[in-house]
Amino acid sequence: MDNNTILEMKDIDKSFGVVKALEKVKFELAQGEVHALMGENGAGKSTLVKVLTGIHEKDSGRIIYDGNEVEFKKPKESQDAGISVVHQELNMMNHLTVAQNIFIGRESLKAKFFTDDHEINEKTIELFKMFNMDVNPKEKVGNLTVGKQQMVEIIKAVSMDAKIVIFDEPTASLTEKEIDELFKIIENMKNKGIAIVYISHRMDEIFKITDRITIMRDGEYVGKVDTKETTKDELINMMVGRVVYEDPKQEPEVDENAEVVLSVKNLRSKDVEDVSFDLRKGEILGFSGLMGAGRTEVARLIFGADPKDSGEIYINGKKASIMKPQDAVNYGIGYLSEDRKQFGIITGMNVSDNVVQPSLNKYIKNMIIDDKRIEEVSEKYIADLKIKTDSTRQLLRNLSGGNQQKVVIAKWLEHNSDILIFDEPTRGIDVGAKSEIYSLMNELVKEGKSIIMISSELTEILRMSDRIIVMCEGRKVKELSIEEATQEKILHYATARKEGDIVG
Amino acid sequence: MGDNNGLKQTMGNVVGSQKFIAVLALVAIYIFFAISSESFRSTDTLVSIFDASYYIGFLAIGVTFVIITGGIDLSIGTVMMCSAIIGGVLFQMGMPMWLTLIMIIAIGGTFGLLNGLLVARFKLPPFIATLGTMMIARGLGSIISNVQSVTFPLRGAEEGFYKSIFRLDNNFPIGIFVLILFAVLAAIVLNKTKVGRYIFSIGSNREATRLSGVDVNKWETIAYVISGLFAGIAGIAYAATYTTILPGEGAGFELDAIAGVVIGGTSLSGGIGSIFGTVIGVFIMSVLKVGLPYIDLQPHYQLFITGIVLIIAVYLDVRRRNKL
Repeated sequence: MDNNTILEMKDIDKSFGVVKALEKVKFELAQGEVHALMGENGAGKSTLVKVLTGIHEKDSGRIIYDGNEVEFKKPKESQDAGISVVHQELNMMNHLTVAQNIFIGRESLKAKFFTDDHEINEKTIELFKMFNMDVNPKEKVGNLTVGKQQMVEIIKAVSMDAKIVIFDEPTASLTEKEIDELFKIIENMKNKGIAIVYISHRMDEIFKITDRITIMRDGEYVGKVDTKETTKDELINMMVGRVVYEDPKQEPEVDENAEVVLSVKNLRSKDVEDVSFDLRKGEILGFSGLMGAGRTEVARLIFGADPKDSGEIYINGKKASIMKPQDAVNYGIGYLSEDRKQFGIITGMNVSDNVVQPSLNKYIKNMIIDDKRIEEVSEKYIADLKIKTDSTRQLLRNLSGGNQQKVVIAKWLEHNSDILIFDEPTRGIDVGAKSEIYSLMNELVKEGKSIIMISSELTEILRMSDRIIVMCEGRKVKELSIEEATQEKILHYATARKEGDIVG
Repeated sequence: MGDNNGLKQTMGNVVGSQKFIAVLALVAIYIFFAISSESFRSTDTLVSIFDASYYIGFLAIGVTFVIITGGIDLSIGTVMMCSAIIGGVLFQMGMPMWLTLIMIIAIGGTFGLLNGLLVARFKLPPFIATLGTMMIARGLGSIISNVQSVTFPLRGAEEGFYKSIFRLDNNFPIGIFVLILFAVLAAIVLNKTKVGRYIFSIGSNREATRLSGVDVNKWETIAYVISGLFAGIAGIAYAATYTTILPGEGAGFELDAIAGVVIGGTSLSGGIGSIFGTVIGVFIMSVLKVGLPYIDLQPHYQLFITGIVLIIAVYLDVRRRNKL
């Protein structure tokens, strides 16, 4: 092992002000291995990566890379030394082409001055071919699906002759098929002797492709295990100190004759083809499908966030006219976006301000906002939903993903929304907070709220839904009751292309 | 105990904030001039500093609202002049002074509404939309006044009462209290009402605000209307201070006002800002403008030095923010 160790990080300390982000953390990586870095959000995984790549300066400790002690001052230095990162958040220039993005900073030049797109286009095609993928190198990155953009990011990392490639939650926005492609790429890289650091929350992936796992908790090193010799429960225990079960639901928990609170008829837009469905009171209706199947688009149409071409929406049996989000909110619909930071919360504002955002009118007396009452109400939600924050005044950007999500839930509860659309409710949320969100959702439907849950995680869909709608290419392909639904069945319908025969 | 902590935290925030640095800078600059020049230490000088602060102060307070939404209003300088000129023409045509003053504010508000609609409804970039209205206002003032200067009544003349809004007959600079009154009102609107809360929210994240069911177009428009109304008020202050208004002027004042806003710690990228900071920022510039001649630097040095102050202010702000 020692001979082919390419990276060793020892006793890494890092503090931000008074907050200790890393304490005596160690990490070791061998050539040609896939090494998972696991831990709940806030465990320090990202900070460790940032210390390695020179985004943050460590306070103390040693980093030995390729036999020498190193200290990268800038990301560029670590990149030049052969350490690439595929970030969770995409860093793409949307208006540049695929090839221009991949070769940014390393353009081919004619006469040492003029850029030569022809050459980088050729190189791009070759790179994608290496991994059996087709791409139009001249396509603007902004026109690609998120999944494809992620592939471009990965190819970019690979193209830098990296010795170490760090994947930070690479599959968060990929379809099952794309994940398979990714795993092939990783296998391929591994065979070439590239060392891979793989950060993910998804157990199935960890067990599928990693060789070893380093677990962190609260900025500290917890332990290192061989993937083959561990179990999911052991890992979760190491991460959180408690066991979380992910058992599928057995039967619907909602009465078949429960009243229909939301009825969507023949909804159409440029991304959605003729979608109709009913949502019952107290029901969790799961929306499954691959990335780009049109699930988020349906949600946004119902919520009035995008204009619809045609279709009708009935709420409690009455036709509703929803032209903008404001209308939907007035009808008691709340939307929890898949992209919290961009669409769900105001990161620069505090907990109370976020909680009362849609219902501010309730707290105005003689035109003046009653901040005291707002804080009292927020305190109540902080207690009820167990939101971890030191005060109602804390800015949302300082909360973890799970707690941010709870603030969004509080926001819609405060507005008495009866229909909640959860779009990827647990994306980027750690295991512990995940099960809290689940039990919160179950409590909500018990209280008579109705939930539409969009999720790309099949385990989540099967665990939470009373009924499942499977979408593909903008169409509703199949409606499954929870009794008959299995991962295989859902996948079957989710990949039912238009021309293919859909076995009903 | 808890209160004590809260206080400590508040103090920490104040000390760390640009507002506090701006106050320190203002005091330091004032003391510097006071030490350097004996004649600077007179009430006349103080009154000149106030005089120089009124119209820029109103402009700056108004545009603070727009800047917090993440937008910009370049039209305020010429809108101020245009409102004042049209007001002057109306007055010369026989409109009573009280109505003239209301008209001046209304004209400013109308330009603000135009800006707001262009930006919020028709989705023009704020820079371009208000650049357009900046030119329109400048042209309109000249058209309506027929490229003639207009003169408001002098102190003591019939209908000359408006002058006393900013300086009493015994020379007492009452205007400073008017400015403070409007600043306090603006601060209440910004921090304690729905308008203000949504303006901050839009500046922090427009789309998330919209998806919370907030009518972002309406509130964004209102921010520009407020900016326009304050440009109108600034027009009154300008007329009261300088009496004669020349057509085609006013361009450049918006930049002084925006500089004041930024020196006061309001972020040009939106979501962060305060009226208090803006007022301090404006006074820093006025003290420089009035004080420099006392140390034998001609007024044009003011531009040069204000530029340096602006860059230092923004640099400190950027550095502070990156630390977070």
